[in-house]
Amino acid sequence: MRWLFLKDLQILRRSPLLVALLILYPIIIATLIGFAISRGPSKPRMAFLTEVPAAASKLDLGGQSIDVSQYADEIFSRIEPVRVSSEKEALDKVRSGDVLGALIIPPDITQKLETGLESATVKVFFNSEDPVKYRFVQDTIKSEVQDANAALTKQLTKVALGYLDLISKGGDVSLFGSHFNVLGLEKAEAIVRAAQASLPANAPQREQLAQVANFAKLARDNLKLSGGVLQSVGTPIKVQQTIVKGGHTPLDSFAVAIAVTVSLMFVTLLLASGVLALEREENAFLRLVRGLVSRTGLLVEKVGLAAVCAMGVSLVMLAGIALFVSLEWGRFPLWLLGLGFGALAFGAMGVAIGGVTREVRAASLLAFMVSLPIAFLALVPSGSVSEGLYDVIRVISALFPFKPTLEAMNSALNRSGGIVGPLVHLAILTLAFGVIARLSLRRFA
Amino acid sequence: MQEPAAAPAADLGVVLEATDIVKRFGEREALKRVSLSAHRGELVAIIGPNGAGKTTLLSILAGVQRPDGGRVSRSPEEVGWVPQQAALYNKLTVAENLRLFARLERCPDVQATVERMLQQTGLEERADDPVGELSGGNRQRVNIAIGLLSAPDVLLLDEPSAALDPRQRERLWEFIGALAAEGTTVVYSTHNVQEAERYAGQVVVLADGELLYTGSPRELEGIVGATDLDFEAAFVAFLRQRGH
Repeated sequence: MRWLFLKDLQILRRSPLLVALLILYPIIIATLIGFAISRGPSKPRMAFLTEVPAAASKLDLGGQSIDVSQYADEIFSRIEPVRVSSEKEALDKVRSGDVLGALIIPPDITQKLETGLESATVKVFFNSEDPVKYRFVQDTIKSEVQDANAALTKQLTKVALGYLDLISKGGDVSLFGSHFNVLGLEKAEAIVRAAQASLPANAPQREQLAQVANFAKLARDNLKLSGGVLQSVGTPIKVQQTIVKGGHTPLDSFAVAIAVTVSLMFVTLLLASGVLALEREENAFLRLVRGLVSRTGLLVEKVGLAAVCAMGVSLVMLAGIALFVSLEWGRFPLWLLGLGFGALAFGAMGVAIGGVTREVRAASLLAFMVSLPIAFLALVPSGSVSEGLYDVIRVISALFPFKPTLEAMNSALNRSGGIVGPLVHLAILTLAFGVIARLSLRRFA
Repeated sequence: MQEPAAAPAADLGVVLEATDIVKRFGEREALKRVSLSAHRGELVAIIGPNGAGKTTLLSILAGVQRPDGGRVSRSPEEVGWVPQQAALYNKLTVAENLRLFARLERCPDVQATVERMLQQTGLEERADDPVGELSGGNRQRVNIAIGLLSAPDVLLLDEPSAALDPRQRERLWEFIGALAAEGTTVVYSTHNVQEAERYAGQVVVLADGELLYTGSPRELEGIVGATDLDFEAAFVAFLRQRGH
């Protein structure tokens, strides 16, 4: 068997174009998929006009100054702003398709926010030529306005709480340029109680003053409670996050696992299916299995060759990625386990494809046709499709090695979930595809 | 399963014997109780019209296919087999192909075997050329050389001269003749009846899976009873007489 292994390596060495394609193609595809998954959509171009005079960009809420331009800066981190000088210019740019939308901040926004008598309004115009970007712009603006609303609500709550504290405890306050001293319920109660104490024991005013003092105390006690109520109104729903499945894998690290799995899949499938089909195309299959090597031995050799080559490519790829993304080299043995089991399962699937198709070109085509949808199906997140459809996708994904390999590599690289389950799954798939491949060799010649 | 050799065959100088071979493909009977025997150093030609079962019979003799009935006296490891289409790796050189198969055949001295085959096939100067760059005739020589690596007593050749030009064909038959002269029994199938007449000591005629004749080419001409016909015309007349 080792002579066949060496022969295949020799043939590969003499097919530099094929080898280059076999290595470069999956790496490029894997890198592109990794980029697509780890990066969000590009920033949409949006016309931006602020009609707020520079001097009026700050608003005063309860004595605290807020710069509205800081919210614009946050929006700019998600869009590519194209500054315009008028609303007409903004609309022209939207209509011409130069920008996807326009965001216009009216001049009275700070005034409205300050008085709180009327809601402040920002204008947004959309170009819906590209539905994906339109949706993204809409979501971005909506999200930013919600963030701004939440921040302002928080600030207003803080101001209101300050006023309540002032009413309760008393103190100085500035309003519309004038300074006031507010007595406060606490001091008022103390004064009333002092006045009550100075009266004769049977004076009828004592009872009346006691009622006033009690009211002041009751009001103070209730104002203490209102602080909590106001704060809960400011943040009516808090989010408590608990991960029940999967690990805390950053998007970049998950993209590494995907890229490596895609690369492993392509190299192994194409190589295993191709080298087996080549034996038939070169008419050597019958000569080999006529006592020189068993059919099962031939399959083992092809799977082994594809697995070794694919693992080599994947490890080189991981070493390259490690230059840009932090990887835990201490988990290298687990990487090897994930790659090894995955490569064997893909290799077994590859020889099954090669055995069924019996021609190199047909084998390569089928390997592509099968592998791409399987990879994409395995990446469909739960909840993004109906429950029934997701169950179907899960079953299909479980029948092929991509998903368990991805899970094994995600575990090995990112400590996400256990690795034993995916490895057992891959071992079962290796056997199953091996049986299919062996059966296909009955009609291979 | 092929059964082991019948003991009497060797005693009679018969090195290959097939008895009552039957092969079916579904409902179709491709070989109907076909028998043949070949002696040491004999050249045996299997001829017949297309679809007669020539390649199927050779495949069974080679152990590539299993018969549904009958037996073959030698196991696959004991005979050399040369398929019609060259079973070679085009990216490897002549020497590398020979070396690979010599190793797989577990030849005791691989290098000596390769050198012997290069010399025997006259391809020493082309030893380092990739097989894919060889002419059809030279590819067929390498193809045959691989069949001879284990120095078998019997060599089975399926349409060995197909797709060769006349000059290449002539050289190929010289090579095969030399093998037979050294004692190798050569059983070959051909659709070119003149090659059977010129080179074979024994002719086996098949038609629709049925064995119609076994004997020398001259005897076949005698059966037809037309001495003025060439062998090809006599062969066609023979088939007509037998209803094919």
